[in-house]
Amino acid sequence: MQDKKNDQTAVQSTTVNGSVAADSNQEKLFTISVLTENKSGLLNGVTIVFTRRKVNIESINVSITEVEGVSRYTILVKCSKEVAEKIVKQIRKLVEVLGAFVYDQEEIHYQELALYKVQTKHIMNGNKVESLVRNNGARILVIESDYIVIEKTGHMHETHEMFEKLKPFGVLEFVRSGRIAISKSKRETTTFLKELEEASKIKINK
Amino acid sequence: METLLAKEIQKKVNNNQKVTGAEAVILSLLCEGVDVIFGYPGGAIMPIYDALYQYREELHHILVRHEQGAVHAAQGFARVSGRVGVCMATSGPGATNLITGIADAKIDSTPLVCITGQVASHLLGTDAFQETDVIGISMPVTKWNYQVTTVEEIPEVIAKAFYIAHSGRPGPVLIDITKDAQFAECEFKYKKCENIRSYHPVPKINHDHIQQAADLINQAERPYMLIGQGVILSEAEKELKTFVEKSGIPVASTLLGLSAFPPDHELYVGYLGMHGNYGANILTNECDVLIAIGMRFDDRVTGDLSTYAKQAKVLHIEIDPSEIDKNIKTDVAVNADAKEALALLTEKVNARTFPDWLAKFRDCDKLETEKVINNHIHPGDGAMKMGEVIHLISEKTKGEAVIVTDVGQHQMSTSRYYKFRSGKSNVTSGGLGTMGFALPAAFGAKLGAPDREVIAIIGDGGFQMTLQELGSIFQHKVPVKIVVLNNNFLGMVRQWQQLFFEKRYSSTEMVNPDFTTIVSGYDITAKKVTEREKLSETIDEMLAHQGPYFMEVVVEKEENVFPMVPSGACVTEIRLE
Repeated sequence: MQDKKNDQTAVQSTTVNGSVAADSNQEKLFTISVLTENKSGLLNGVTIVFTRRKVNIESINVSITEVEGVSRYTILVKCSKEVAEKIVKQIRKLVEVLGAFVYDQEEIHYQELALYKVQTKHIMNGNKVESLVRNNGARILVIESDYIVIEKTGHMHETHEMFEKLKPFGVLEFVRSGRIAISKSKRETTTFLKELEEASKIKINK
Repeated sequence: METLLAKEIQKKVNNNQKVTGAEAVILSLLCEGVDVIFGYPGGAIMPIYDALYQYREELHHILVRHEQGAVHAAQGFARVSGRVGVCMATSGPGATNLITGIADAKIDSTPLVCITGQVASHLLGTDAFQETDVIGISMPVTKWNYQVTTVEEIPEVIAKAFYIAHSGRPGPVLIDITKDAQFAECEFKYKKCENIRSYHPVPKINHDHIQQAADLINQAERPYMLIGQGVILSEAEKELKTFVEKSGIPVASTLLGLSAFPPDHELYVGYLGMHGNYGANILTNECDVLIAIGMRFDDRVTGDLSTYAKQAKVLHIEIDPSEIDKNIKTDVAVNADAKEALALLTEKVNARTFPDWLAKFRDCDKLETEKVINNHIHPGDGAMKMGEVIHLISEKTKGEAVIVTDVGQHQMSTSRYYKFRSGKSNVTSGGLGTMGFALPAAFGAKLGAPDREVIAIIGDGGFQMTLQELGSIFQHKVPVKIVVLNNNFLGMVRQWQQLFFEKRYSSTEMVNPDFTTIVSGYDITAKKVTEREKLSETIDEMLAHQGPYFMEVVVEKEENVFPMVPSGACVTEIRLE
């Protein structure tokens, strides 16, 4: 189990090996990525691993993957490296979990999406909001008679910065999606699944 | 039986005969070789009970008096037989009453399949009568759970349940089956589950890690080995003995590891933990290599982690990767089944002896015998002590009985003074510490090991938590022996109150009924021993008795179990008095 479900983490651990000891108690953001069979109720199983240890989930996203029937959970947590690794080991124990990995920011490509609702009059009267949209790589998703919806993708601090800039105009609603991330690992999910299939057939040599 | 069953099933398949979901449940259990099941009927599981009626000869159902009794009995059954224990309950309160036992089985790695009935699928989420979200409730305390809502799923899900429950690190599984799925019909085919791609119960042996482990052991000057229940679960008792005898390493056991290694072996140095042996505890902080196998460094074993075995290199051999580095940082970890790892390690370790190191343990033993043990097992006059009762039972059964204990002082005394000489003989609630465990677990154990003597040793508090299970013993004529050590106190809590709460005995004194009168009402032979002179002959009478037998021993009211490592203290701060 350790060999397989662990593999990507093992690679990951070595890249930050030198700093593990020093960092292990320091709280920071980690992205936990979980590949699972698509089973109803599993989300509960995954989240109670966090609840039991009183670790707050900053954001969570569940989506399909390139492989049919396989889901990916992307969970953002703020905790120490040691806690993140222990949580991941517990998640791997869930029967329908195919693999669980913990990543530092540098080991992934990640993105978030934010939506902002602003009164339509603000783009009618002068072009301040419009230039904000333009200069911040955002776009206007919808224009209704009384409100507009602005969409912006980016990292948390970027979408938050946009929120701060829109604030003076009165933001009616603001929502940000969970983080989604893709690892820098070269392994393909299908290869990983094949290895899992083999590992699940190991019997004790008694 | 199996061929009869196979024929019966084949007939149904050939005739394209459909079975109900309820019958599919029973046939699936029979296909898994189940012959005993513990349970309690109710509305949502009635179709399964109805199907059971037809197979009542093949599948013996033990009607308990409370669902908690069913799950503990299944645990007792599993622990002595090495097979999966099966229990059944209805929805709502039936299901919630199982939860304590399921949590107990989870923390003590006991393989169980628990089947609960559920309201019909169209009623799910409507707060229907006796509806409860048992999947949600049991999720944190099961190894796996699943709600069946369609009949076709039943055989496959039950096959999966058994596979998951017993493979790898065992644990409890719960299957919740809606009533409509029990009534609906399907064709029955059964195939045992052999693998699940997302589940890897058996780690692939890493031979480099085995080599590193062997190197660490071969360089050690004061190696010390701690064994846990993993040895019993992997049936590695023989491999352990061979390894220990070649390597010459002193061995100590956790509470659940007891009975994995013979206590009279020259390399056995005792029992670990809060009430464990003196040397076994303090010398943890003097060894240079600590070898832990199939154990999880529970806080009752380690005490204060920041002062635990800091001087030692730690080798952890463990099947569950999440246990490695969980409490204790390892220097070498071998993620493996105990049996496989021990066999491989035995080939690679040098044959050695450690007479000076072993002598240290023996010196500690001498001190403990003088200061504690003699007084507990040969107190002379005065009130009877728990230790002497256990010691006598141990002698008279030659350490060959299955001993089922509850939780508290009697449990710790049993762990200290019963000398287990056969494997799978120590059945106790370790991790969860569930009072009320012993009585139902004992009759479950007797059904799991009918040819062995099974003795439940219980305190007066725990006995009254599941006392109603005397009814199950009575109805099913289970010849189990019950010993209640009565001090009219919740003794362990009282001990803590005496030592750490200035003798403020808050709600620990028990005003008890006459137990022998109650037990006699169930037509079970019952004796009360108040005089030391009668103890030996009553134990003899109990052991010679054919049916169930109850013996109450009135013991010293304010006896303390020593040695004791105070909660959260360092293992070397163990107190002898």
